[in-house]
Amino acid sequence: MAYKLDFADVWPYSEQLVHGAACTLELTAVATVLGVAVGTAGAAARSSRNTFWRALFGAYVELVRNTPFLVQLFFVFFGLPSLGVKLSEGQAALIAMVVNLGAYSTEIIRAGVEAIPKGQLEAAASLAMNRVQIFLRVVLKPAFEKIWPALVSQIVIVMLGSAVVSQIAVQDLTYAGSYIQSRNFRAFEVYLVITGLYLVMAVFVRQLLLGFGRWYFGRA
Amino acid sequence: MTSFSYWDILRNLLDAGVWTVALSLIAFFGGGIVGLVVLFLRTSKRPVLRLAMQGYINLFQGTPLLMQLFLAFFGLATLGIEVSPWFAASLALTLYTSAYLGEIWRGCVEAIPKGQWESSASLAMSYFEQMRHVILPQAVRIAIPSTVGFSVQVVKGTALASIIGFVELSKTSTMITNATFAPFTVYGTVAVLYFALCYPLSWYARRLEVRFNVAGSH
Repeated sequence: MAYKLDFADVWPYSEQLVHGAACTLELTAVATVLGVAVGTAGAAARSSRNTFWRALFGAYVELVRNTPFLVQLFFVFFGLPSLGVKLSEGQAALIAMVVNLGAYSTEIIRAGVEAIPKGQLEAAASLAMNRVQIFLRVVLKPAFEKIWPALVSQIVIVMLGSAVVSQIAVQDLTYAGSYIQSRNFRAFEVYLVITGLYLVMAVFVRQLLLGFGRWYFGRA
Repeated sequence: MTSFSYWDILRNLLDAGVWTVALSLIAFFGGGIVGLVVLFLRTSKRPVLRLAMQGYINLFQGTPLLMQLFLAFFGLATLGIEVSPWFAASLALTLYTSAYLGEIWRGCVEAIPKGQWESSASLAMSYFEQMRHVILPQAVRIAIPSTVGFSVQVVKGTALASIIGFVELSKTSTMITNATFAPFTVYGTVAVLYFALCYPLSWYARRLEVRFNVAGSH
């Protein structure tokens, strides 16, 4: 029997789709801001002279980069409550995303920091700036400018990876898809639409952030 | 009532780890073979093929792996093709891997100086002969560190197969948690096991990269 694609059964649920997409974008936006902040702190720690902080953030980066996001999510959502930390699904998802993006962006931003010519640091030091001032006022912006495209790619990867948070019942886009297909039994059509939406969102977020980079860094 | 000792948990997880490794190997080698096809089409002289492959790569890199798994599992079933979680996971992960490897390898092929293409063309070599005898042997050397690095993504990607019911490390950990009510221990152990699988690969990739950079610097 030939199967006929029928998308008509998907549209009555457009409200759920919009709601789910908004949830995914919201999670991504908050995780981006907090994750990049963690990554900046991490990059500062990784390039500091303090061996303890260097080792601590080194271990954090390796631990996160070598375990699946799904396991990190389950650990935060199911594992932490047994230590007495109670989290809602949304909070757990956000924490897992921030921890994940924080580790990757630590490495990315660190690469930018290391690409700053030594002369810049020496010039700043000769102006009697201390190490914190040098990092914040001399190093940070050009470092971000260099690695911005890589960071944007990582943010998009985190957004796509966030499809997994539906597994702990966060009502994101994937959750909406599962809900709809359980009602209209049109799994193929529903997941095609959801996949298409993710593709559009990925392109949108990428262009938005790259555009922001062009505006903020003032060139290319 | 039977009780689970830590040893029971670990033993079950190790058994399940075998399936994670098996699925990773299938995805990596299957993805490598398809990725080679992607590479050939992506670097071909015909713009249509190049464009089609760019679309293929964008599609797989721009959508969640979870959706690709869902489409392979629920989608194909709706179309009347009965698929097991095994097959769906292997298919989706293979295609996903091929898109990434194809793109990584394209960068390596394009890093080969143009003169190599021109001189091999002047020897009347066909496109495939050029690739086979001149370009790929050099590109492989550049490609190895990032290919090994990407294998870590493949291993981590297999965790998503648990969501469509493929019983590997992650699925087993959920099942054990449901039996033991010890999520902290179980998920902690699973994280350590994934780390034990992935970290050597990450470490090796980094070492290869350093060695390649040193070798290329003089």
